[in-house]
Amino acid sequence: MKRRRWGMAWLALLPMALTVLLAYLGTTLWTLRVSLSSSRTFPRDDFVGLAQYQRLFENERWLQSLGNLAVYGLLFMLACMVIGFALAVFIDQKVRGEGLLRTAFLYPYAMSFVATGLVWQWVLNPGAGLQPALQQLGWSDFTFDWIIDQDKVIYTVVIASVWQAAGLVMAMLLAGLRGIDEDIWKAARMDGIPAWRVYLSIVLPMLAPTLATVFVLLSTAVVKVFDAVVAMTQGGPGTASDVPAKFIMDHLFGRANIALASAGAIVLLLTVVVLVAPLLYARSRARAREGA
Amino acid sequence: MTPSRMLITTMAAALALTLPGASRAQPAPLKAEVIHWWTAGGESAAVKTLADAYRAAGGTWVDTAIALGEQARAVAINRIVGGNPPTAAQFNTSKQFLDVVEQGLLNNVDAVAQRDGWDKFLPETVLNVIRVKGHYYAAPVDIHMPAWIWTSKAAFKKAGIAADPRSMDELFAALDKLRAAGLVPLAHGGQTWQDNIVFTAVLANQGGRELYLKVLRDRDPKAILGEPFKQVLLSFKRLQGYVDKGSPGRNWNDATAMLISGKAGVQFMGDWAKGEFALARQEPGRDYGCIAGFGPASPYIIQGDVFVFPKTDKPDALKAQQLLASVITAPAAQVAFSQRKGSIPIRTDVDASKLDACAQQGLAIMKDKSRQLGNGEVYLSPDQNGALSDVLTAYWNRNIPVEKVQKDILAALREGG
Repeated sequence: MKRRRWGMAWLALLPMALTVLLAYLGTTLWTLRVSLSSSRTFPRDDFVGLAQYQRLFENERWLQSLGNLAVYGLLFMLACMVIGFALAVFIDQKVRGEGLLRTAFLYPYAMSFVATGLVWQWVLNPGAGLQPALQQLGWSDFTFDWIIDQDKVIYTVVIASVWQAAGLVMAMLLAGLRGIDEDIWKAARMDGIPAWRVYLSIVLPMLAPTLATVFVLLSTAVVKVFDAVVAMTQGGPGTASDVPAKFIMDHLFGRANIALASAGAIVLLLTVVVLVAPLLYARSRARAREGA
Repeated sequence: MTPSRMLITTMAAALALTLPGASRAQPAPLKAEVIHWWTAGGESAAVKTLADAYRAAGGTWVDTAIALGEQARAVAINRIVGGNPPTAAQFNTSKQFLDVVEQGLLNNVDAVAQRDGWDKFLPETVLNVIRVKGHYYAAPVDIHMPAWIWTSKAAFKKAGIAADPRSMDELFAALDKLRAAGLVPLAHGGQTWQDNIVFTAVLANQGGRELYLKVLRDRDPKAILGEPFKQVLLSFKRLQGYVDKGSPGRNWNDATAMLISGKAGVQFMGDWAKGEFALARQEPGRDYGCIAGFGPASPYIIQGDVFVFPKTDKPDALKAQQLLASVITAPAAQVAFSQRKGSIPIRTDVDASKLDACAQQGLAIMKDKSRQLGNGEVYLSPDQNGALSDVLTAYWNRNIPVEKVQKDILAALREGG
């Protein structure tokens, strides 16, 4: 009887398992295969070894986009975590109109970045947005032209992305904060420990699982960043704000070179694996310890 | 029912469904489904003239308009590979569809090309693109010249420039005067493809026909690393000094608007810019000037659109493809289409009186075959063309030694070839 139930469960899971195998693993393997061929518009069946990877890493635009991804990823995750945590702590003080504030903070995440990216492009445009507006209000020296600056344009993408995602981090960390036992706070208060110290030394470590989830969510958002760049800068000026996902899309569709695009996609996948692997390892260790 | 019985029954049912369908051939109007990316106002009006002409010739036009060229081409290729091809699909006059030809996925229209005498009236550049190993795989629809130089009469007047520039030196002199008058000398949208257009214009006008072909068609290392090409690159970079700070990321039509309002003096852009001038009720010659090139021998760059005809065995679809190829290349349809599209007809034996002054100028130049040249897409694979754009836009935006740019261009054109 028990055995039969077990079998039914597997049967029910089978479609999902097949989907995972075919749709995820299958396409990954297919991409790997294409990246080792000389395919252009159509997949080709030959084998050219690592030639596409060599070409990829000789390509300045690709290297620049990887560099941009690193800068973007680091700043975006850091800023989202810090701002998200600060907002969560702020709301956790039982402020008035909590529901309204929460909605306001979370709202940006509900909007498509293609739309908000365009708005940000206008806001940051030195000819039409914030800069002339403030200059007209009297701050005649005010300049903010990062979006047309080769060296600073990537930061404007960070700003807009943080604006969008910080609310989500806030919501998740707030849920984590609400899960922390009131007694801990009472005990800390009795001992006369200042609130910031409690947050830093007790609450934050207790939030570790939530923080890990936030980290995974944000890092996947980093790797696949595409819409933000396309909507705000189209990778420009020049290629100054280019990111790997845009490079891949360009070669996949505009430039009819699916082999090179696939090589880029595989490199991105490896990046994710390298990023997430330590986390998974740490988690499995923690689970093993709990089990012991 | 056992599995094998079930299979047989299913097959029988399938046969029963298909057999009568095959024998039922009635003389229905020739249905042509066309995938294209002409979705803007003027473009839709232009494609409607083609649909009307096709209807007048006894067919039915099924319009599948998909915004953005890349998207439309991706859909077309996916449907061809997936076995549900449209009757015709739009591509640029370029090597974009060469892979599709080589995979044997297109029908040729040799019969139409021979009957209508395409060899006699099509420009050599276009023929070289649509003719692969002696077969005609596409029907050209229009010719755009991407490297026109537009001038604002109001801005020129304010800067005290009497005549249109006739050489690169005169152009730089005019740009200096515009700057002195407090205007934006060069209206430019700093997007990769627009940088590419400026480069093409400088290469054609300063480098000339020989160098143009040596660099873009022959990918000749000696020419690419040589002194004349270096001078072309230096002029290209020098032009960057005449744009305003808001240029990066600007759309081309916003740059054209700067000419329309008289804030800027000069823009390098394709003849589709005429649509913007027309919307603002400006007239060529009176409000704005169009320069196809400096001097009587300057190259006329050809870019444009074609329809390709995906492989099919259905006799009706074949007939529809042949009819379509013939209808869209006919003189009357060509004139009607060009008027609305802003392009020029693919053939010079048409009644040009209905076209605007700039188009007439272009069509007159087209009669001199020695002035016709293709744009980069005609000679380079999409991949090489993209790699070249990457180098050019980096050079335009950053300070890179010109010698390094020459080497980078050589490397970009070598790859993927």
